[in-house]
Amino acid sequence: MQTSPRLPRFSLRKQEALTGLLLLLPSLVIILGITLQPVISTFYLSFFEASLGRGENIFRGLGNYRELLADPMFWTTIGRTFYFTLVSVGLEVVIGLGVALLINSHPPGWRALRTALIIPWAVPTIVNGTMWRWIYNADYGALNGLLSQLGLIDHYVPWLIYPRTAMNLVIVADIWHSVPFIALILQAALATLPVELEEAAQVDGANALQRLWSVRLPLLRPAILVALVIRSVEAFRVFDIIYVITAGGPAFGTVTISYLTYLETFSFGHVGRGSALSFLISLFTLAMAFVYIRFLYRPEERY
Amino acid sequence: MRSYRRLLRKLALFLITVPVWLFILLPIVWLVISSVSTRAELLSVPIHWIPEHPTLRNYIDILTPGTVASEVARTFKATLRNSLIIATSVTAISLVVGSLAAYALVRINTPFRSGVLIGIMSTRMIPEVSLVIPLYILAARLRLLNTPMVLIATYLCFALPFAIWLMAAFFQTIPMELEDAALIDGCSRLKILFQIILPISTPGLVSTAIFVFMTAWDEFFFALIFTSTEAAKTVPVAIAEFTGRYVVDVTAMMTGGVLAAIPPVLLALIFQRYIVSGLTSGAVKA
Repeated sequence: MQTSPRLPRFSLRKQEALTGLLLLLPSLVIILGITLQPVISTFYLSFFEASLGRGENIFRGLGNYRELLADPMFWTTIGRTFYFTLVSVGLEVVIGLGVALLINSHPPGWRALRTALIIPWAVPTIVNGTMWRWIYNADYGALNGLLSQLGLIDHYVPWLIYPRTAMNLVIVADIWHSVPFIALILQAALATLPVELEEAAQVDGANALQRLWSVRLPLLRPAILVALVIRSVEAFRVFDIIYVITAGGPAFGTVTISYLTYLETFSFGHVGRGSALSFLISLFTLAMAFVYIRFLYRPEERY
Repeated sequence: MRSYRRLLRKLALFLITVPVWLFILLPIVWLVISSVSTRAELLSVPIHWIPEHPTLRNYIDILTPGTVASEVARTFKATLRNSLIIATSVTAISLVVGSLAAYALVRINTPFRSGVLIGIMSTRMIPEVSLVIPLYILAARLRLLNTPMVLIATYLCFALPFAIWLMAAFFQTIPMELEDAALIDGCSRLKILFQIILPISTPGLVSTAIFVFMTAWDEFFFALIFTSTEAAKTVPVAIAEFTGRYVVDVTAMMTGGVLAAIPPVLLALIFQRYIVSGLTSGAVKA
């Protein structure tokens, strides 16, 4: 006997939808209020000459953008930001993968090592920055102390006065913080890989390097991609660590695009210009976001 | 022969781990050593790796107002309290509001739900710099600058999407049957969420709470822009001020650093297994 439940079906569904929307409402209000609305006003402000005070905003059309794009400083900064992103993320993924593989081959103490990895990742970014700043200190720093005791330098070196060196040392600090993140993700992914494939490859006479290259790496690709994209988006807008280690110096040598936006807006008071800059950063990161969501958002399949 | 080779392999592997260990631990060890050294020893050449007179003086100085001259050190305790209040409030709000939303997005046939989920996720791609100017202007107008309130509100812009994503990922792992039975019994959705889903979601709630707390504790940019006095200043801002241009107060910098690192490091170590599962469910701060 089949009686279709006629009456309740439609109204139940409606009621469900309503409940769902009600549960969603607080989140949507918050997100629209503190994220979407500000993004839209930033975009709006980018067409004005504006100040943080009560002054009048003067419409300049695309003036801010035109000025920025014509400014060599802007392009050097973009280049520097890409340098930071590519070098730091590249090294982090390579070293992180190495560490993950190492832990996964279970050397003595690998569990302790995996636990220890959590520490650099958990140390707050600002603490990480001050710690390295102190290590790099020209007069009393541990880097100078170590290198001179090893006989590698004759006298203490003021590391942070050379722009390129300063940038690379900021990258080292960033690597210290982020390698553990990547290593932990990749190690977890490695641990779930089926052993059979690797054994089969071994039986077929593939050496360790071949097995890594043609068996494990392809299987790890999704995890590597996740790490790569999360880190790239983060690295592209690096601010905190530069603020504490070099404050953008020497001679603007470590100013990245977020730092430039900060300087323009809050040091030079060019709010319109700062807004245009931050809109450009959003464009760059949204381009990365597109890739990010395409590869991350897979509700039916998670590893 | 075979066991000999195995031993050799073990030894070789162990030797490779040594530089990794050193790279991870040396900076931290140096941070801790610096925090228990006297200023005179820290500022000596050649460097004193092991302090001759280890002391907890720096900790007493930084935590007991009035004992040192440094203005920043005096306010450090206040900033610790602010950070704690702000990070805890942000965590509590995002857990409550976020799990409602996550439930609506994962388990209820809410209209446009996949679009909304993608939209919420993509807000993570918006850089903080592009929110800060309008938020600053708004906060100034509402006279909220330099209050914990403004940081709690703005931190939700990254904490909430984060919480929704992690909770949604967790809710998806809970078998449907549990709810179906309750639904047939005529339970309301809210009742199901609070009496069935949330109680068995403790691991998800814990890992979400840790991630949100750590991110809020870590946040620097908004705090730098929105706060200026001990009424609302957070620990990262206080530490950054130790590196101020003219006076570098090394001992305070290192001691403050250790104190600021203790809560997140302890949390992460205690809840290790949640951290790794949280990391792999994606979309977590780097």
